[in-house]
Amino acid sequence: MDKLTNQYIIERLNGKFGEDVEILGEPHGLLTISTSKTRIIELLDYLKNDENLRFNYLTDITGVHYPEQEKSFAVVYHLHNLFQNFRIRIKVFLEKENPSIPTATTLWKGANWMERETYDFFGIVFDGHPDLRRILNMEDLDVFPMRKEYPLEDPNRVDKKDFYFGR
Amino acid sequence: MSKPITKITPNKPLLDDNDPQEELITLNIGPTHPATHGVFQNVVQIDGERIVSGVSTIGYIHRAFEKIAERRPFYQITPLTDRLNYCSAPINNMGWHMTVEKLLDIEIPKRVQYMRVIVMELARIADHIICNGILGVDTGAFSGFLYVMQEREFIYEIFEEICGARLTTNIGRIGGFERDFNEVAFRKIEHFLERFPPVLKEFEELFVRNRIFIERTSGVAAVTAEQALDYSWSGPILRATGVDYDVRAVAPYSSYEEFDFEIPVGTQGDVYDRFMVRNAEMWQSLSIIRQALEKIKKEPKGVFHADVPEFYLPPKEQVYNNMEALIYHFKIVMGEWETPKSEVYHSVEGANGELGFYLIHDGGRTPYRLHFRRPSFINYQMFAPMSAGMLISDAIINMSSLNIIAGELDA
Amino acid sequence: MSKVTLAEAPPGVAGAGFFATTLDKAIGLARANSLWPLPFATSCCGIEFMATMGATYDLARFGAERPSFSPRQADMLLVMGTIAKKMAPVLKQVYTQMAEPRWVIAVGACASSGGIFDTYSVLQGIDEIIPVDVYVPGCPPRPEAILDGVLKLQEIVKNESLNRRNTPEYKALLEKYGIETNNG
Repeated sequence: MDKLTNQYIIERLNGKFGEDVEILGEPHGLLTISTSKTRIIELLDYLKNDENLRFNYLTDITGVHYPEQEKSFAVVYHLHNLFQNFRIRIKVFLEKENPSIPTATTLWKGANWMERETYDFFGIVFDGHPDLRRILNMEDLDVFPMRKEYPLEDPNRVDKKDFYFGR
Repeated sequence: MSKPITKITPNKPLLDDNDPQEELITLNIGPTHPATHGVFQNVVQIDGERIVSGVSTIGYIHRAFEKIAERRPFYQITPLTDRLNYCSAPINNMGWHMTVEKLLDIEIPKRVQYMRVIVMELARIADHIICNGILGVDTGAFSGFLYVMQEREFIYEIFEEICGARLTTNIGRIGGFERDFNEVAFRKIEHFLERFPPVLKEFEELFVRNRIFIERTSGVAAVTAEQALDYSWSGPILRATGVDYDVRAVAPYSSYEEFDFEIPVGTQGDVYDRFMVRNAEMWQSLSIIRQALEKIKKEPKGVFHADVPEFYLPPKEQVYNNMEALIYHFKIVMGEWETPKSEVYHSVEGANGELGFYLIHDGGRTPYRLHFRRPSFINYQMFAPMSAGMLISDAIINMSSLNIIAGELDA
Repeated sequence: MSKVTLAEAPPGVAGAGFFATTLDKAIGLARANSLWPLPFATSCCGIEFMATMGATYDLARFGAERPSFSPRQADMLLVMGTIAKKMAPVLKQVYTQMAEPRWVIAVGACASSGGIFDTYSVLQGIDEIIPVDVYVPGCPPRPEAILDGVLKLQEIVKNESLNRRNTPEYKALLEKYGIETNNG
């Protein structure tokens, strides 16, 4: 097997998924692609199990909030081919209202907590997740704190007087 | 030959039928429990001494790092990274600086890269000392812990000489270091290199062939490479299963490719192997530091940062006395700098595994989004599933061998 | 000649074969020099506490040889590290489980005031939920600073009136935090 290249991966993905996989670019050499939520699991499965691609290691799953965009949530996967030391980044953009995406726990058990964290912070629901609960925040928190509209500071604080801060 | 143990015949049970011990007992370990060294809660169902199932609850020191990072300029995020894995803060600092430098395409002089290697490897030793020492405490050997903790103070001394702080170091700036290592710092590093090996040797001898330690750890919590990769493990615990994945080697940063070092791997993936891998890594780190000191001697003296005035915060005395420095200072602090809109993932080999920074930058003063790939968080999720079937005491030493740092776990 | 230095005797009247002082002072002296710490270590400051317990700094010199992980046998609650809101009820429970007299040291910026973490998830200082006797600044404080905090607390303990825990002021203080007094 020759050394993997971004070009080779693009060709393979175009051959298999055609229009459903969009190439977003190669910032700092890391191939970034995007797909729809209906095909993401199929894509991950293909990347993981294809005998030439073999992205066998799930580095990370996280979310991003873009409040200005129409598809205002993104779930970002980082995969790593440990055989050839090659990385790839996959983004899935999700709609503003009730964002949801199928779970990757069927492919990697390690996806479990990463998805729970993403749910906890952004409210992105992972369909089929075995145990989708909040993980870091308190169970009774009723907001998803990493969304851009929520403030960093506790709005219930009473000891913080504006005039001490020149406001 | 010892006599065979007399069998207890089943028709005469030692316990009567409606014995309460036949039911499973729910035991709550944590969040403040001396055996867990940190704030982890595990609710386990136990059958006698054996764990049947467990549920981990985390987030007891969740501090919203990623949310804070969206409100802070780049140079103010360094103190946050300190508090991720506070046992080896310099690795986190350096990882963050390198992430930003990758974003801004800053070339770092070789000497600075070697200086970074030195502080990172010192931090790795400091972290492994804690983990292996605590593992010793949990298996009943307290003195080893005290021996190596004493040496850890010398690492603190070095950090103090370099940056002024002991634990949460905040070493360095984007583009290099805030000051050069002085003569005393180099002397202290050399002193440590002389002093530590005999102590480490003694520490090793206390454990490596110690029958009690071997029986407590060998075969406990053995994990196969497939399981470990399935759970996205990284770092020494992954290498203990036999996978030679080390970011320093596969994706070298800060000139690690120029250094001659080995990646120790285990075979069984059990607690003993993890101990041995960490132990061997400390020897490797010592060797890397020696090489780095040699390499620094060949580089021009006095270089401690890249020549990028538009990104490197100028020293305060220049800010007050020099117009140009004042302008750059103002621009950097107020975020009026020219930065690319881009996204970057950079990872370093933290003491616990692959520590990744995923930075999305929109050209503003602060990151648009910064995500930390925290090895402790990802490594810990296997703890509850793998505890099933284990004795409670084994689960405890399993936890200490995973070296879960609460700050990094909860972020 | 032994290197052990004895605690200084409280002021009193000494004569041939007897020494008279107030009960307050004698008990204060005993209490101050046998403070059993309960390390409630959550984050970075806990690592500095390890160094404080280690050979170089050695908190045991001041009568705190035995870290008591059970709140029932502890006198001095050392809260080290960030207390998130999720953790707050646990901390409060640990405090209420301690027997009187009990003292609290908030070690480090996070325990004292929330530190750099002015966020939705972090308690802005443990004095929002339990009364605190000594605050130790630093992020994290050096072991010397932690020792200094313990020494400051020893001064408080030495000079505390035996009646203090029964006074209405003390009860009012605990009631302010919603903690039941457990000594009548």
